[in-house]
Amino acid sequence: MKNALKITPSGDRDLVMTRDFDAPRKLVYDAHTKPELVRQWLLGPPGWSMPVCEMDVRVGGKYRWVWKKDTDGSSMGMGGVYREVKAPERLVSTEKFDEAWYPGESLNTLVLVEQGGRTTLTQTMRYESREAREAVIKSGMEQGVNASYDRLDAVLAAKATTTPR
Amino acid sequence: MKATHRLDAIFAALADPTRRAIIARLASGQAAVNELARPFAMSQPAISKHLKVLERAGLISRSREAQRRPRRLEAKRLEEADQWLERYRQLWEGNYQRLDVLLDKLKTQEKERNHQ
Repeated sequence: MKNALKITPSGDRDLVMTRDFDAPRKLVYDAHTKPELVRQWLLGPPGWSMPVCEMDVRVGGKYRWVWKKDTDGSSMGMGGVYREVKAPERLVSTEKFDEAWYPGESLNTLVLVEQGGRTTLTQTMRYESREAREAVIKSGMEQGVNASYDRLDAVLAAKATTTPR
Repeated sequence: MKATHRLDAIFAALADPTRRAIIARLASGQAAVNELARPFAMSQPAISKHLKVLERAGLISRSREAQRRPRRLEAKRLEEADQWLERYRQLWEGNYQRLDVLLDKLKTQEKERNHQ
């Protein structure tokens, strides 16, 4: 398959994603650092949009992302801090979901290498522990989405018992 | 073993290149320890150590049929680990396919700008 995405566990607590893009790395870097571009592609499962996408891309700067499921309004947020910013080749940031289903935060390192107008992206996610990495692999974003549903269920159940008929 | 610990053992087992090579070899049929040791510049005890790790993870098993007790691959266990990664992969593949489209658009815009 052309430009196939590879994800492999590496060492004790890393997950490494690699993928090629038919574009110079400056554009790939822009697509990862400019909010108006990020919110066009970083959407997760179908049916989700990204109403909040704030990014202060400099060392020590924060970012905040929130996704929303358009059909029922459930949402999921995450954010972190930029640790290294080296355009257009390297971006290191921390990442933590609001309702994380795994312990600690992850340290994400994005590396872009350009060759002949094409770019190889390598994204390394280092988790706090092997257990945290497993929790992420086993459930991915789905779990986060389910957590939102569970919350919604709880709200609806509470409403059903307290609302007089 | 609890499911999470089992998966952990599988990933730990697969993190090593020699063990991945052993898995690849066993994918084409069972083999005895000395056969498995041959392609590697390693002693048989060193290979046995790797086999033990793979066995504990449930990725390989020993056949009882012969004295040489050939090892064979437990393909189902390997698939289990693969499936989890696959779901995660699909999520990101969806994002990156959208990024492909966006990058094409950006490339076109840049070209147009350079022509003006």
